[in-house]
Amino acid sequence: MFGLDKKDFNLFLVVAAMALLAPFILNPFPTDSALAQFNAGYPDLMQRFVIFGIFAIGFNILFGLTGYLSFGHAAFLGVGSYSAVWVFKLLGMNVLPAIALSVVVAGLFALLIGFVSLRRSGIYFSILTLAFAQMSFNLAYSVLTPITNGETGLQLTLNDPRILGSSATADGSIPVTNLLPGLEIRSAYDLVIGPWSFTFNVGYYLCALFLLLAFYLSVRIFRSPFGMMLRAVKSNQQRMHYTGLNTRPYTLAAFVISGMYAGLAGGLMASMDPLAGAERMQWTASGEVVLMTILGGAGTLIGPVLGAGFIKYFENIFSKINDNVLHGWFAFMPDGLEDFIVTIIHPFIGKGWHLTLGILFMLVVIFLPGGLVEGGQRIAKMFRKKSEGTDTHVDAKHPAE
Amino acid sequence: MDAIILQILNGLDKGSAYALIALGLTLIFGTLGVVNFAHGALFMIGAFCAVTVQRILTLSYEVVDETQTDFLGNPLKVKVPYVESWFGPETGAAIIDWAVPLAILFAIPIMIAIGFIMERGLIKHFYKRPHADQILVTFGLAIVLQEVIKYFYGANPIPTGAPDVFRGSFDFGVLLGFDPNAIIYPYWRLVYFSFAALIIGGVFAFLQFTTFGMVVRAGMADRETVGLLGINIDRRFTIMFGLAAAVAGLAGVMYAPINSPNYHMGMDFLVLSFVVVVVGGMGSLPGAVLAGFLLGILESFASMNEVKSILPGIDQIIIYLVAIIILLTRPRGLMGRKGVMED
Repeated sequence: MFGLDKKDFNLFLVVAAMALLAPFILNPFPTDSALAQFNAGYPDLMQRFVIFGIFAIGFNILFGLTGYLSFGHAAFLGVGSYSAVWVFKLLGMNVLPAIALSVVVAGLFALLIGFVSLRRSGIYFSILTLAFAQMSFNLAYSVLTPITNGETGLQLTLNDPRILGSSATADGSIPVTNLLPGLEIRSAYDLVIGPWSFTFNVGYYLCALFLLLAFYLSVRIFRSPFGMMLRAVKSNQQRMHYTGLNTRPYTLAAFVISGMYAGLAGGLMASMDPLAGAERMQWTASGEVVLMTILGGAGTLIGPVLGAGFIKYFENIFSKINDNVLHGWFAFMPDGLEDFIVTIIHPFIGKGWHLTLGILFMLVVIFLPGGLVEGGQRIAKMFRKKSEGTDTHVDAKHPAE
Repeated sequence: MDAIILQILNGLDKGSAYALIALGLTLIFGTLGVVNFAHGALFMIGAFCAVTVQRILTLSYEVVDETQTDFLGNPLKVKVPYVESWFGPETGAAIIDWAVPLAILFAIPIMIAIGFIMERGLIKHFYKRPHADQILVTFGLAIVLQEVIKYFYGANPIPTGAPDVFRGSFDFGVLLGFDPNAIIYPYWRLVYFSFAALIIGGVFAFLQFTTFGMVVRAGMADRETVGLLGINIDRRFTIMFGLAAAVAGLAGVMYAPINSPNYHMGMDFLVLSFVVVVVGGMGSLPGAVLAGFLLGILESFASMNEVKSILPGIDQIIIYLVAIIILLTRPRGLMGRKGVMED
């Protein structure tokens, strides 16, 4: 259906169900229970899952398919954010033109950077993209202050023209982003069932729809002859050259597409919360999307989404846990042991989340180069082997007959 | 003229740091063929060695000083560092004052040990894996090292002073016949530059004039043949990794008074050092040193007000700009050899 084969369509349905039912899935614990801190079903976090999912899907189209490791993808996200905020400042508070413009601008920017960077490959490509991204970051921080508002970050003010909207609302505050006139991005509907409370937020569902679109497009790209060509570039670019084929248009197209995904993510980010700062373009931000993609499984369809969700979820949860919470958990132990365990875990929680992430990432790269998806496949295989093992065992009995 | 000399001098100390880190990176890349994204973290650990030594030396105990009283009239408690009570106040104070140079002695064994552990424990397993995997795993390691340092030392920069003798500035202007105060240069930066020159010279002499260095160079040219001659080249390469870690660490120790160490200084320098390596030519030691100084000086020229008024913001991007131009016009870098990392 929709040009997908059965397996991909099922995968798409799973992603669609997960995205659309996220407010339920992510809120399994009643609001007042002690476990409510593991709930992730509030709009801000869900939006982050989805936006970074889009970002990682786009990065995966470049890295997963062609093997070109870009260390500067955050630049496109940053450019997307800035253009979206400028639309809010100049045009009006509707998010659709803002998102459209951020995709286009990021695409053009990616075309420019990709055209230069893709002349080299391997580590040189990584360093070129890194250099471009750092250049954009440094410029956004210093000289381009009239456009980017430097360190403070670009924000909406009451003096913005907003020709299709109003500079200020009736009560004199800055207007908020909307999807349709009257339908605000931040508006939400709370559904209370017994002790549970589920929040349905307009912004989240907008992001989720874009995620589904992004995911669908990436499936189509993976299965298309174009995707096949990109995989060929990854496995042996030299052989492609020998057959007389110029691979650069293909890699450039992949680069621009993934840049546009990053722009979309940036535009959505600005639509949810209309500000943009230079730190979104820093190379550590580019490193983060690399982590997400690798952790989930580069080159797989679902991997980047999983990786983005995984990192953002645990970042949120780990940062919330503090020593008191830990003491609560281990209260059943003898006091000395309890203190000992809390002391050991202490560096890894709260502000130490990045330490946990770094260790986790290293373990994945060392032992599980295919990421979470490969881990899942291995576990599935183990079970299958077991059942197959019993099957062959049964078969082995039969031939005697 | 004096402005130009001043900018060249200003570029030298940053250039020295770039050159030292890039030298280590190139050593590792040339011998083991590994792209080490954790090298900046080694530089940072070196700087924190200086902090640690300073902290150890200033460990104190409290004594009640009967001659002085605090504002409540009680006898004042004075902190006395152990070092001062052992060696007498004057020698003790001098030792504390020279904490940073003393940290060199402390840093060398530590950095070599860290280098050995890193190579044997982690990087050894990545020789056969693609460069992208090496980048990723060392990137992860860099995050971990950085966070460990942040856990123990906090997120704020820790001021670490140079010895008092080097606190002042040297007036080059008088020496060269310009007006006094035209070219002023802090002593410590002069020390840093000489130190860097010494280390760079030492590494080159070691590679050029010792048998060990000769074998390593032979191994860089053709690892397999050297191995066939019955030489355990892997062990020597491990030692070179330790040496490269020590070079980065020493660069960090001596840099501590110039810029107060903080946990992300490694990452800041790493990005630039990679650019330096690429500009110099992947795998070329003289190239790395040359490019390090060149880019350091270029950066300081670009930050002159005269240049900035013509091309605003150029000081922020000059290094990257140069790298992009070099990579596109001279793919092998300034002094790169043929056949190293070409694809």
